Amino acid sequence: MSGVSYEAVIGLECHVELSTATKMFCSCANVFGAPPNTQTCPVCLGHPGTLPVPNREAIARIIKIGLALDAEIAPHSVFHRKNYFYPDMPKNYQISQYDLPICVGGHLDVELADGSGTRVGITRVHMEEDTGKSTHGGGSGRIHDATYATLDFNRAGVPLVECVSEPDMRSPEEAAAYLRALRATLESLDVSDVKMEEGSLRCDANVSLRPSGTEPFGTKVEIKNMNSIRSLERALIYEIDRQTAALERGDAIVQETRHWDEDAGSTASMRSKEEAFDYRYFPEPDIPAMEPDAAWVDEIRASLPELPRARRDRYVETLGLKPEVARVLVGDRGSSALFDGAVALGADPVGAANWITQDVAALRNAGGGDGALRAEHVADVVALVATGAVSNAGAKQALEASFTSGEAVEAAVDRLGLRQVSDAGALGGLADEVLAENPDVVQKFRDGKDGVIGFLVGQLMQKAAGAANPKLAQELLRERLQG
Amino acid sequence: MSAELCDLTGAELSAKLAAGETSASEVLSSSRGRIDAVEDRVGAFLTRTDQLASERADELDAYLSTGAPQSPVAGIPVALKDVLTTNGVRTTCGSKILETYVPPYDATAWARLAGAGAVLVGKTNCDEFAMGSSNENSAFGPVRNPWDLDRVPGGSSGGSAAAVAAGEAVWALGTDTGGSVRQPASLCGVVGLKPTYGRISRYGLIAFASSLDTVGTFTRTVRDSASMLQVLAGHDPRDATSLDVPVPVYTEGLDDGVAGLRVGVITEAFGEGVAPAIGASVRAAIDRLEELGASVGEVELPHAAYALSAYYLIAPSECSSNLARYDGVRYGYRAPGEHADSIAMMFATRGQAFGPEVKRRIMLGTYALSAGYYEAYYGQAQKVRTLVIRDYEAAFERFDILVSPTSPTTAFRIGEKADDPMAMYLNDIFTIPANLAGVPAISIPSGLDDAGLPVGIQLTAPALDESTLFRAAHALESALSLELRPPLLQGTA
Repeated sequence: MSGVSYEAVIGLECHVELSTATKMFCSCANVFGAPPNTQTCPVCLGHPGTLPVPNREAIARIIKIGLALDAEIAPHSVFHRKNYFYPDMPKNYQISQYDLPICVGGHLDVELADGSGTRVGITRVHMEEDTGKSTHGGGSGRIHDATYATLDFNRAGVPLVECVSEPDMRSPEEAAAYLRALRATLESLDVSDVKMEEGSLRCDANVSLRPSGTEPFGTKVEIKNMNSIRSLERALIYEIDRQTAALERGDAIVQETRHWDEDAGSTASMRSKEEAFDYRYFPEPDIPAMEPDAAWVDEIRASLPELPRARRDRYVETLGLKPEVARVLVGDRGSSALFDGAVALGADPVGAANWITQDVAALRNAGGGDGALRAEHVADVVALVATGAVSNAGAKQALEASFTSGEAVEAAVDRLGLRQVSDAGALGGLADEVLAENPDVVQKFRDGKDGVIGFLVGQLMQKAAGAANPKLAQELLRERLQG
Repeated sequence: MSAELCDLTGAELSAKLAAGETSASEVLSSSRGRIDAVEDRVGAFLTRTDQLASERADELDAYLSTGAPQSPVAGIPVALKDVLTTNGVRTTCGSKILETYVPPYDATAWARLAGAGAVLVGKTNCDEFAMGSSNENSAFGPVRNPWDLDRVPGGSSGGSAAAVAAGEAVWALGTDTGGSVRQPASLCGVVGLKPTYGRISRYGLIAFASSLDTVGTFTRTVRDSASMLQVLAGHDPRDATSLDVPVPVYTEGLDDGVAGLRVGVITEAFGEGVAPAIGASVRAAIDRLEELGASVGEVELPHAAYALSAYYLIAPSECSSNLARYDGVRYGYRAPGEHADSIAMMFATRGQAFGPEVKRRIMLGTYALSAGYYEAYYGQAQKVRTLVIRDYEAAFERFDILVSPTSPTTAFRIGEKADDPMAMYLNDIFTIPANLAGVPAISIPSGLDDAGLPVGIQLTAPALDESTLFRAAHALESALSLELRPPLLQGTA
């Protein structure tokens, strides 16, 4: 060991496919999973003579993203062509942006698991188009010994937003937290499906190491092919270990692009800096500069929904939730929607949050979705428990029924006989019976052994076959003993 | 060969059709007869569309017989340069790489003409991907100038110019990136218009250099040119660079003359390298304008001298990117046999199917855009372009119209400049500045040189002022009243 400790410097480049109805530069439908080459036209197939016409809705959405990230919306922004040959790119250039992106600067506030926070700077957010998809076949199925390739151009020309962060993250957890926060923000804006498994959210990482406490950046390595937040974290942990070991051996880090192999759990070199492409960027002559007028940008700004960070603050500061509970709710769009719905129906926020982050979350994990659950179910469960009409255990059963079938909570409670006896008259008779049957215990209580009340409550619950409200039961017993 | 229907102007044919004196089928058969008579010598066409044209003419005759309103375009036999896409009709760009390519859609320019009743007689030969000034760069052989079959028709729209000069078509469309309509119009003795950049949609114009490419017209009169532009001009939602501004009525004011019009003579365009006969012919035409009441002065475009160099960086740069799509993957030629991988297949395809001039420009453009060279070449060329634009702005503060020769030479012999790219590039020295600035320009015949070859005069107007361009060109054309009939069409009737 050299005794030097290293600090990781991480920046992320995320690609987000917008969920617009049509593609970026033509009127083909933008859908995932259609049979190959059914969502294509002369424009997105790059036929001779065709021209790209920008999709206004896609531009509106990237402006929305920029505003949500506190970026400046450039008054003058230009599309560039990025030139390189690849069979799944119909024109052999990608329409992208270069030195004049539409969104400049900005930041995203990120909260870590321990409740601490960090602010990650956004360098730029720019608009481009996606490529088609190649599948290599024959041989082992890997590119290097494939005997043929098939091409699907359904994805070619899908609007793609690239969001580049500053190198502001210092650990894999921070990177993962940033990606979660970005995903939650995009989800709340309703601009993309943000599904990493379908590729509508993709992420590349740049990582370098430097001796702790020093300023200059080390040599960076780009890692590609992480298909989940978990794999981003794993890849970064692996890469930081690899670079640390190299530095400790006295080796230099090579500037290169590395490929994350999920199965092997390791990264491997794809290409070095010397092999990097010269993309010969130049301004796209087929598309005039974008100069969004201020009124349009203001209109988009006014339409922004509540963003995750503001929602988290509202949950904690106005509704009194604990920060960790608020973070869990905000991190999942379904949960926060359910929560907001229940609170709007008058549910106690703390109670609703607890139900949603615990029992509802368990049901969703087990069921793999939202089931038939609606906000009123949650509100009813919270209210029934608060009034003592149903026990916690009973409420859980009712909730499960509602989750499965959509049945109203009250109906489930009645159908399953979960209502507690909260009628003082009926329970009072039973309380008298219990006291009469247990004179020794009554004496102990009167001698000052307050703890025996639990036994008496248990007896009363037994007589009521579990359908008694335990709180009321204790009150009735105490009234009689002290009276 | 005596004058026939196909030798009339569009306006004359339209009047005859309206009066019921002829039919679209008769006009077509005249045009087709001319093609049959001269095409083996001229070689203007790459693809003939006889069947489609007959069907179209029949439909039109049925329509015209109802007495319904008629566009000035209806029934006119039109040829299209083979860089404009035609749905279901092979479109080659004069290149082996697209020899079998059949587009699935119509270019907007053609769709507009077709919608107004034009009859397509065929697709015309051109320099490969519109790169050239002599039509010798076509993969399918040269076109011959109807004025002298040993000479080139100019280029790159050589086939369209020759077809209109020879009466094979009454009108034609070409494209003009650096002079590819005006120069062949000049060499073939017809009227060639390059309108304002963005005035006609480029959708379906197979790109050479996107920021310079313009659809242009070939006709035998200025009036016909105005009638054609009337139908072609206007915004197209499929072309983000097409201008969304109203289209004036171009034939209105055509006869208003040039009294008081301020005409600027571009002095540099009469210097070294310009054939004396051309200078004389164009000077004489300018004198006619003065006699007609125009006020004539001299003007300089100080940066025009650098326009050619800037053009030969900008156009190849854009071309290197525009032509990247021809890779054998989705359409067109694919190199036969086994390949190591798909990239190797793409490179083999391009190596085999592009001609030498196209390769030269792709290499030039690739180099000009490379990291480390971009600023020195492409960046610098864009700055020159800005200066050229300012030159025009300054000139148009003093003048309504600028005039110069269209080309420094009349038609040269086939093969004469084929091995000297620089000599060939110089053909476009007077036409390129208008493309860099995006302003409209027209070439009309000003006379014949000593060898009996046509000379062209170029008139240039401010952006979107095609009306003034037509008015001045029409006045001059009327005053000159040249009887231009290529020797090919003289002789026995």
